[in-house]
Amino acid sequence: MISLLIDHGDRYIEGFLNTLTISIFALIGSFVLGTVIAVMRIASIRPLRWIGTAYVEFIRNIPLLLVVAIFYHGLAFLGLSGFVAGGIGLTIYTAAYIADAIRAGIQSIPKGQIEAARSSGLSYLQAMRFIVLPQAIKIVIPPLGNQFLNLIKNSAILGVYAGADLMYFGDQINSDTFDTFNVYLLVGVFYLLLTIPTSFAVRALERRMARAG
Amino acid sequence: MDFIGAYSYDNVMYLLQGLGVSIAVAAAAIVLSFILACLLAIIRYARIPVLSQIIAVCVETIRNLPLLLIIFFVYFALPEVGIKMSVFTSAIVALTIFEAAMISEIVRAGLLSIDKGQIEAARSSGLSYIQTLRFISLPQALRRMVPPIVGQFISLIKDTSLTVIISLPELMHSAKVVSGQNFNYVIPIYLLAALFYFVINFTISSVAKRIEVRV
Repeated sequence: MISLLIDHGDRYIEGFLNTLTISIFALIGSFVLGTVIAVMRIASIRPLRWIGTAYVEFIRNIPLLLVVAIFYHGLAFLGLSGFVAGGIGLTIYTAAYIADAIRAGIQSIPKGQIEAARSSGLSYLQAMRFIVLPQAIKIVIPPLGNQFLNLIKNSAILGVYAGADLMYFGDQINSDTFDTFNVYLLVGVFYLLLTIPTSFAVRALERRMARAG
Repeated sequence: MDFIGAYSYDNVMYLLQGLGVSIAVAAAAIVLSFILACLLAIIRYARIPVLSQIIAVCVETIRNLPLLLIIFFVYFALPEVGIKMSVFTSAIVALTIFEAAMISEIVRAGLLSIDKGQIEAARSSGLSYIQTLRFISLPQALRRMVPPIVGQFISLIKDTSLTVIISLPELMHSAKVVSGQNFNYVIPIYLLAALFYFVINFTISSVAKRIEVRV
């Protein structure tokens, strides 16, 4: 395993960094998209609510691989690389989960607080900005952390579509060395380097939020 | 895009066959992983020394790895150390290992959520540790665990699609084969596959919600 690391360390590291990059980009993208969907789901306009709900229900019930496949094979005329198609797929998929977390966070704030804020003269946006969102964000951060963790793991799917991630470079190193067992063991170690600190951080955040109550 | 050509009788039947394999693999993995998960969770809950620490490390490691890697590893790497399994068995083994780690955490959280006073009361009214677990803790814990476990099962059905990388002839694989015939079939076929997954998973989650309300 050590010799693998010496001989192919550069490819492992490139894959590692690409996995980290795509996870961060997809997290930001799905946070933005997820927030929009969450707001649609609690909007007072019915068609918006329908679209938001349909999005979440549909995406949550189909495999990520299928979403990425549609962007990679189905929309091949767009000429998206595996990396980009995978990133779009990950964003669309994760956004459904994040939308649900954000919606739950906003709805957990008692309506009385908004009413109180409104009747003390704040506008709707001000009430959201100063009263609801600061409290909701506390509830939303731990599930967001968990989604980031899932994103890192799910990004391995890029490997199926030549996405230049850790899994993809693992496949390449494997076909050069035929040392399958050790190659993938080392891929696993690199994933753990990303996921274990993340899951510790998520748990620490959860505990802190629970204490802050 | 050629919807009519793509949805020919043969193609749709081929996809349905794939769906059958997906469901069979998922069902086997669900049963096996649930049993294994309960065992792992009880060992950790009972704090059996050494064993529970080993399980904790294994569960944490597996939970933090991509399932795709585990599937790959079971099918391509294990034969190097003499463990050779068919595609079908490899798929079930990989899914079971991964899901058991996920579900064992749910079961453990469920057990830990039972009020200690109840266990003390059960023990002091003469029930043994095993009896307390069997009649007091587990039944209540299981009831609380229903929603997260159903969620996990739904993701397991979705995750069977990953076994396409070891060419298990499940739904995703069928979709890949059929859409390979003709470029104009790609989107219609993937949409149909998505619809199949959706119908199955949506049905499961709807039924689960109804049961939850009754419980």
